[in-house]
Amino acid sequence: MELFINLTINGLATGMLIFLLAAGLTLIFGLMSVLNFAHGGLFAWGAYAGVWLYLLTNSFIAGIIGAIFMGIILGFITEKWIIQPVYGNHVQQILITLGFMIVLSEFLKVIWGPNQIAVTPPAYLTGSWEIGNILIIKYRAFIIVVGLLMYALIYYLLKHTKIGLIVRAGVINKEMVQSLGINIKRIFLYVFMAGAAMAALSGMLIAPYAGVIHGNMGMEYAILAFIVVVIGGMGNITGSILAATLVGLIGSFMAYYVPELSLAVNMLIMAVVLLVRPQGLFALKG
Amino acid sequence: MNSLLSLKNVETYIDQYHILQDISFEVPAGEVTVLLGRNGAGKTTTLRTIMGLNPPTKGEVAFKGAIMNGLPPHDIANKGIGYVPEDQGIFGELTVEENMKVAIKKESDDVMERMEWILNLFPDLKTFWKKPGGLLSGGQKQMLSIARAYVNETELLLIDEPSKGLAPIVVEKVMHSIQEMKQKTTIILVEQNFLMASQIGDSFYIIDDGRTVFNGRMQLLREDESLRRKYLGIA
Repeated sequence: MELFINLTINGLATGMLIFLLAAGLTLIFGLMSVLNFAHGGLFAWGAYAGVWLYLLTNSFIAGIIGAIFMGIILGFITEKWIIQPVYGNHVQQILITLGFMIVLSEFLKVIWGPNQIAVTPPAYLTGSWEIGNILIIKYRAFIIVVGLLMYALIYYLLKHTKIGLIVRAGVINKEMVQSLGINIKRIFLYVFMAGAAMAALSGMLIAPYAGVIHGNMGMEYAILAFIVVVIGGMGNITGSILAATLVGLIGSFMAYYVPELSLAVNMLIMAVVLLVRPQGLFALKG
Repeated sequence: MNSLLSLKNVETYIDQYHILQDISFEVPAGEVTVLLGRNGAGKTTTLRTIMGLNPPTKGEVAFKGAIMNGLPPHDIANKGIGYVPEDQGIFGELTVEENMKVAIKKESDDVMERMEWILNLFPDLKTFWKKPGGLLSGGQKQMLSIARAYVNETELLLIDEPSKGLAPIVVEKVMHSIQEMKQKTTIILVEQNFLMASQIGDSFYIIDDGRTVFNGRMQLLREDESLRRKYLGIA
């Protein structure tokens, strides 16, 4: 029983981290129809910038703020100069964002060196709580709480604010939103920057969880985020958190029982979803 | 003539297809101008060109004397042009209320007054206020689409085939509401149903193969069967 609970907590924490990465991706996918393979690069830059600031100031909060700030700036640059020229052309989008992802990853190595950087959680998030025979690692609990809070925040923004309403309408019919006098390009930019900020935050939070950061971490985690977007349904935040939880739990249990198949099972689920229900398991729009 | 909108020798391509080849017409303020023509003649593309959704490659689109070529659709809409597309463009997962809220730019007294007026015109929308737009009937969707396009300060309303796919009794209802709106705003109406178009329209333009080929006051077309047969293929 203890093992089951520990694996579940581990899976939930991983799921929340993937959710943060996938949330931006799903909105960008759903609203802008953009296949953004550079998303993993934004995530890695968030991790490096945040960790750098964290180690420099010894303040984890400063690291988080730095990562978010980096995400916003990189999101602005990416949307304006990389994405905007290739709107509507998926082949070009894949090539240019994949290329930009590699550029981002290589620049990380130029600035911070090719070696892995070790990261530990701050003192107040180190250690664990013991409830009976169950050990709850504080940092994992922290990640779960942050993930749920971010979901609540995004849900609130989408459901109860005018900009959220416009984003939801834009996912359904961009042309009609424009015809109602709304500058959809500006909305695209805001969503992209917010998505990049969440990716960067996810990168920063994953650093002490994984224990190290490295130049290729972007692609590694972006694959999981893409799986989540496909399973959850494009543009669907609730679908994303459910799919991320599923992916996290499968990853956690498989890593314990059959580690060789951990990623393969998630890939298999994605393939089945694409074949049977291409709009995603939790998609609202058909 | 007091012209609110004018198109001069407008040409529009969609991908490599030369859809509009020479469209010219004037829309007098306070009137209903009907665009008539066979299927695929270019009527819908004409409305989309005015909205900037398929921008013109040649010619001139002017609203209140100011050229609109090159403006993005949201800037064109913000000049006071409302658009009701052929497929109604309803945000199916959003409620009727949310569909209206997306459209409202600023909740001023004027907008609220317009909202009240339009909801009195379409009481069904009040009844289904909290229902997702996608679950409305075809006629109700049409009403919602018109209400959404009109709720802001709208000087010109572009309505594309409002009777399409609707039962005759619903068509009558929608047409009655357009008659009412005619008192408040200028309208360009694309309509296949000539009987209905002739009841509402003040003037008409016939589009054929992407060109405006004939125009006049609606009475002319109502009374001249040979013209109808020649240009529209109907008696």
